[in-house]
Amino acid sequence: MPTTLIQPEFLVEIDYDKCHKCGRCVQQCGWGVYSFNERPFPDDTKCRACHRCVTYCPAHCIKIKKNDLALRDNANWSAEQRKNVWRQAESGGVMLTGMGNDKFYQSVFDHLVLDACQVTNPSIDPLREPMELRTYLGRKPDSVEVESDGKGGYRLKEGAGIAKNVKLDAPIIFSPMSYGSVSLNVHKSLAMAAERLGILMNTGEGGLHADLYPYQDNVIVQVASGRFGVNPEYLQRGAAIEIKVGQGAKPGIGGHLPGEKINKEVSTTRMIPQGSDAISPAPHHDIYSIEDLRQLIYSLKEASGYKPVGVKIAAVHNVGAIASGIVRAGADYVYLDGFKGGTGAAPAIIRDHIGIPLEIAIAVVDQRLRDEGIRNQASIIAAGSIRSSADMAKAIALGADVVAIGSASLMALGCHLCQGCHTGCCSWGLTTQKAELTRRVDPEWGAERLTNLVHAWSHELQEILGALGVNAVESLRGSRERLRAVGLDAQTCEILGVKPAGL
Amino acid sequence: MPTTRPQTGLTDDLGLFGERPRYAEEASYKIHGGCGLMGICDESGTLMSGVEAIKAMAVQRDRGNGLGGGFAGYGIYPEFPDHYCFHMMFHDVKAKEEAEAVFDRYFVVDLAEPMPTRAVKGISDAPVLWRYFLQPDPHKLENSEMSADDYIVHTVMLINSTIDGAFVASSGKNMGAFKGVGFPEEIGHYYLLEEYEGHTWTGHNRFPTNTPGWWGGAHPFTLLDWSIVHNGEISSYGINSRYLEAFGYKCTLGTDTEVAAYLFDLLLRRHKLPLELACKALASPLWSEIDRMEPEEAALMRSLRAVYGPAMLNGPFAIVLGFNGGMVALNDRIKLRPLVAARQGTRIMVASEESAMREVLDAPDAVWAPKAGEPVIARVKGMEWPIHGDLHLSPGEVSCAVTGVADACEIVEVG
Ligand code: SF4
Ligand code: SF4
Repeated sequence: MPTTLIQPEFLVEIDYDKCHKCGRCVQQCGWGVYSFNERPFPDDTKCRACHRCVTYCPAHCIKIKKNDLALRDNANWSAEQRKNVWRQAESGGVMLTGMGNDKFYQSVFDHLVLDACQVTNPSIDPLREPMELRTYLGRKPDSVEVESDGKGGYRLKEGAGIAKNVKLDAPIIFSPMSYGSVSLNVHKSLAMAAERLGILMNTGEGGLHADLYPYQDNVIVQVASGRFGVNPEYLQRGAAIEIKVGQGAKPGIGGHLPGEKINKEVSTTRMIPQGSDAISPAPHHDIYSIEDLRQLIYSLKEASGYKPVGVKIAAVHNVGAIASGIVRAGADYVYLDGFKGGTGAAPAIIRDHIGIPLEIAIAVVDQRLRDEGIRNQASIIAAGSIRSSADMAKAIALGADVVAIGSASLMALGCHLCQGCHTGCCSWGLTTQKAELTRRVDPEWGAERLTNLVHAWSHELQEILGALGVNAVESLRGSRERLRAVGLDAQTCEILGVKPAGL
Repeated sequence: MPTTRPQTGLTDDLGLFGERPRYAEEASYKIHGGCGLMGICDESGTLMSGVEAIKAMAVQRDRGNGLGGGFAGYGIYPEFPDHYCFHMMFHDVKAKEEAEAVFDRYFVVDLAEPMPTRAVKGISDAPVLWRYFLQPDPHKLENSEMSADDYIVHTVMLINSTIDGAFVASSGKNMGAFKGVGFPEEIGHYYLLEEYEGHTWTGHNRFPTNTPGWWGGAHPFTLLDWSIVHNGEISSYGINSRYLEAFGYKCTLGTDTEVAAYLFDLLLRRHKLPLELACKALASPLWSEIDRMEPEEAALMRSLRAVYGPAMLNGPFAIVLGFNGGMVALNDRIKLRPLVAARQGTRIMVASEESAMREVLDAPDAVWAPKAGEPVIARVKGMEWPIHGDLHLSPGEVSCAVTGVADACEIVEVG
């Protein structure tokens, strides 16, 4: 009997006429594709098309091709569905996967276009005029109360203003990715870049490694159900604190970091035994109601000297009401994670079929908070597959204050979206704890690439603002009048608060 | 109910009309335009004839195209200083009857009369123009639990958004807006402005580019005694109007100018910001400037900008705000539209073009170009801001029942 009915997805072709027989491909591949006997021999079944070997082969003689084995066409049973049945018949288990949802769902962002100025309101040249992206994250009062300063001017009334907000030099932050799911060098790259950019990185639920303490003013510390790494010092160190309730890639599902990834460093940072599985269930066992959430928010504020406390949730239906509750419970920001967001590991069936698109979630949350007159009481962070500065601009126009990027920031560090993060074998040294792989990311190199990416997107956002004839990002935020829909149905347009193109 | 949203005390309980988008055609898209404007204020309170304003606009004829002109005058109704004066435009008798039913039901009307006008060549298709000197019905006002000013704001919103063919041109005390389709000098003659005297006048010449002219769409746009004349285009209109909606304003007319008027009402009257700071919120200093300020000032400006970011007017504009204590002229943050200012004795004047000021002031002491975002403020002596007795409604505060004399009302701290 065959051991498997599944053929390799990719074919690795080596042009042996060109091959130097240097063995670098063997060394670079984290998936163990290559063996070497005078020359490299690939095992196609193990290849994930991560392109690490292709990138590093000095002879450029490796080609990775799709294994285009013909399966009889069937509009009902896709090739992938058939393969999944074979896989599950072999394993009997839940299929795990990494990175974001790869199924075809209409991208709302791709059906929105932005306005441009012409004559009566001219566009502004961002190369010659100031174009301001600074954003303050956190709760703001309804109005600013002032008093006379006794010198003919005015000053803030005692306790008024936005003292507790966190300043961001651009409306973009790095999404939560825990130390454990990603390597320490990835965390260092993110922290160093965040500091240089004047923005924030987020620890995810893995605690804050001591090497990151110098960057603490640019770090959001996360509190997830497992409470990994959470202690008073940790809470004091962050610029803001985030309670993770849900994640876009796997709403209603908790985290599971396998014991193999828990080495000594991870175990110290997470405050758990080495080699033990780290399980953070979906529910926080002290939050079973909105009142419980409020108590946790205020406990964290007390413990941290009233730093901003945000709540991260997955985009699901009724998200407007959920967000309203969160804001009324005292949160300084709501982090909305759409269903195309990435993940280190999730059951594929959950990742691909649960949750709603980010665009819709931003629109309904922003509108709901406005309808209730509490929009200014919290910032909105939007995440879940922000792929470009255009997505960022559209998310902001729909009502987000800030966007968060996770997959894009990993891509800046080399990720090729091979979806093998859950295996812990990432050839690019990102989602792994194997020392021989993690050292592939030099934090200095990583920080530079991340800084470049955010600079590039910031410049592009400035170009977009200039085309819209505004010179500050707050004039784009929630300005849905500047968006038009192409090819969206009337009801979706209504929910988004966006007119169809032509109107 | 959220504390930031005004309670709607006035309702259509007469069942006269259904909710409908007002001026549907015009409101369906934003009104674009270039324009000319002027403002003059005598800080001593000395009254000037409306002719001065007409002269200043006539020389700026090229800045309009005959599709809209208008003026606002302050101090013009000394015989009714404490009455709200509604200048009304009616498309037909039915609209007039419906609006008057609202006045009769919610107000005590002490004088109702047609607006004095004369036939002028070039002015045609005028709506039925009436003015009403009225005061809120004391019982209804008390029951509404609103201040008198909020009561008026709700009435204006109610009429403009529900009565087909009725439009409130102005609704303040001792002031009025005179506007219509035509060049401003024609409109001024049409309304007999030479017969009015005011301490402050503003004027406007409109150059609409994508809508037919309509009488309500001319400037100034007003609410209570705030009036705005505006040259430019607010590129942040979308977020400005959404921000205002959360505070109960209805931006039904689709124009930038309406938004500017409501924003001043919100910031000055309801949030009680000093005039200088309201201007800083609407045309904020750049972050780089804020960072260079002394710490106390920087903290104030940072909070103003962060809190009022959605209210910031972005894009090219020059506006003049008239009110019963004077006027403020304000340019956008990077001065994309013209605005010049002059002073002669106690008179302060602003206009789109220097020629307009030279026409009115024979020997100005100073003529200058105000910097981007730097307001020119003229205050009439004895009428210093704040002149409204309205209440500051911020979270944690509620007002007691208002009796019509808003000043007499205490603010009660809750919690
Ligand atoms: S890296 Fe390239 S050249 Fe080197 S052994 Fe592998 S295939 Fe050959
Ligand atoms: S992080 Fe690594 S394993 Fe995960 S998708 Fe990217 S390249 Fe593949």
